[in-house]
Amino acid sequence: MKPARFDYHAPTTVEEAIALLARYGGEAKLLAGGQSLMPLMNFRLARPAALIDLNVIPGLAYIHEDDGQLQFGAMTRQRTIEFSSLVRRRLPLLAEATALVGHLPIRTRGTIGGSIAHADPSAEYPAMLTALDGSVVARGPRGERMLTPAELFQSYLSTSLGPDEILVEVRLPAMPAGAGFAFEEFSRRHGDFAIVGIAAMVVAAEGQRCTSARLATAGAGPVPTRLRAAEEILEREGLSEPVIEAAARRAAELVEPDSDIHASAAYRKNLTRVLTARALRRAVARMGGR
Amino acid sequence: MTDLVAIRLTVNGQTRDGRAEPRKLLVDFLREDLELTGTHVGCEHGVCGACTVLVNGEAARSCLMLAVQANGAEILTVEGLMKDGTLHPLQQAFHEHHALQCGFCTPGMLLAALDFLGTNPEPTETEIRQGLSAVLCRCTGYQGIVTAVAAAAPTLRGPH
Repeated sequence: MKPARFDYHAPTTVEEAIALLARYGGEAKLLAGGQSLMPLMNFRLARPAALIDLNVIPGLAYIHEDDGQLQFGAMTRQRTIEFSSLVRRRLPLLAEATALVGHLPIRTRGTIGGSIAHADPSAEYPAMLTALDGSVVARGPRGERMLTPAELFQSYLSTSLGPDEILVEVRLPAMPAGAGFAFEEFSRRHGDFAIVGIAAMVVAAEGQRCTSARLATAGAGPVPTRLRAAEEILEREGLSEPVIEAAARRAAELVEPDSDIHASAAYRKNLTRVLTARALRRAVARMGGR
Repeated sequence: MTDLVAIRLTVNGQTRDGRAEPRKLLVDFLREDLELTGTHVGCEHGVCGACTVLVNGEAARSCLMLAVQANGAEILTVEGLMKDGTLHPLQQAFHEHHALQCGFCTPGMLLAALDFLGTNPEPTETEIRQGLSAVLCRCTGYQGIVTAVAAAAPTLRGPH
């Protein structure tokens, strides 16, 4: 099918885009990379009165490092992130997760801001934002505000962004040097949506003492979830194989997935356990270098 | 009626002009307005990859872009691969290794493979399979396609 009719606007400033959002009073959609919105419109599952295309606004695509934090303009393409040497050096977990976002021709167009604002719980970037304790900057008629992942993600495909707000920047703290990391996901075919995905990062002092662990899910509930109680097991008891298995079992208890056409809730819980263990093993093996 | 929007873009090295409704997909603009029917329309929701073209040198689904968004862009379609009556090395490899039967996925397969080899000039077989998972083929079982892409890789990374 083809999209239903809509008014098309290609503003050249964020302020103009915000004014357009306000003018349509929630009936307009922002068009970033279009890799989720365009299929919905082609199927006419989405029929916005207007599309506000962000692709010609200059200055919305960048990767900066500032005070130990990487800042991504919302329109930065996933492909740019995948091949960024700064990202590979400072956020190797993000580079690994990015290679799992759809396929290369999807990542050509898809953006970090679009993926996070779309809030598909099985997508990699919302899980990354959650795992790395990142934040997003939203700009609206009353100025800018910062949101944590817990504040941003409300439910399936739902965020707390206002109808006249635009997500303009994504901020992720750089990973500590020597951190172990892994993004594990299971899907039917390479590049398909993950049935479950797990982002893991571990930081250890001398020996096996774990000073910090991060675990977050994709696809295991309506929003990406930090598995804090499982992280605490690692931080308390170390990174040996029995502890990894205990943390993985705890991870499965912490998620409340739903059943759908792709997998039952029980299967997703089991996948959470299996993938958490795999991600942690790979992360631990990688600690201290590449 | 929605107003038509003027679009000027470069397709296979030629400047082309057209007018389209904003809702017109790039793939339909290429096929219907520019009469470049080599690019195929499959699923229309970004899964099958039959409509893959290069946009400013990078593979993208032309069913997930509006024609108006390609204003000013440089597009390469399957019609632009052949040079002076000679098949592109990828096309030649597809021919030699039986990498197609019905041919419906082939335009998308070729352009996805071209971009893939540009980012990964010396891929392993697994990487080729992952790279080409962006395009679905219902005939070949992929074996011939994987062989063809592997065979074309050394030619493409050779002296330019």
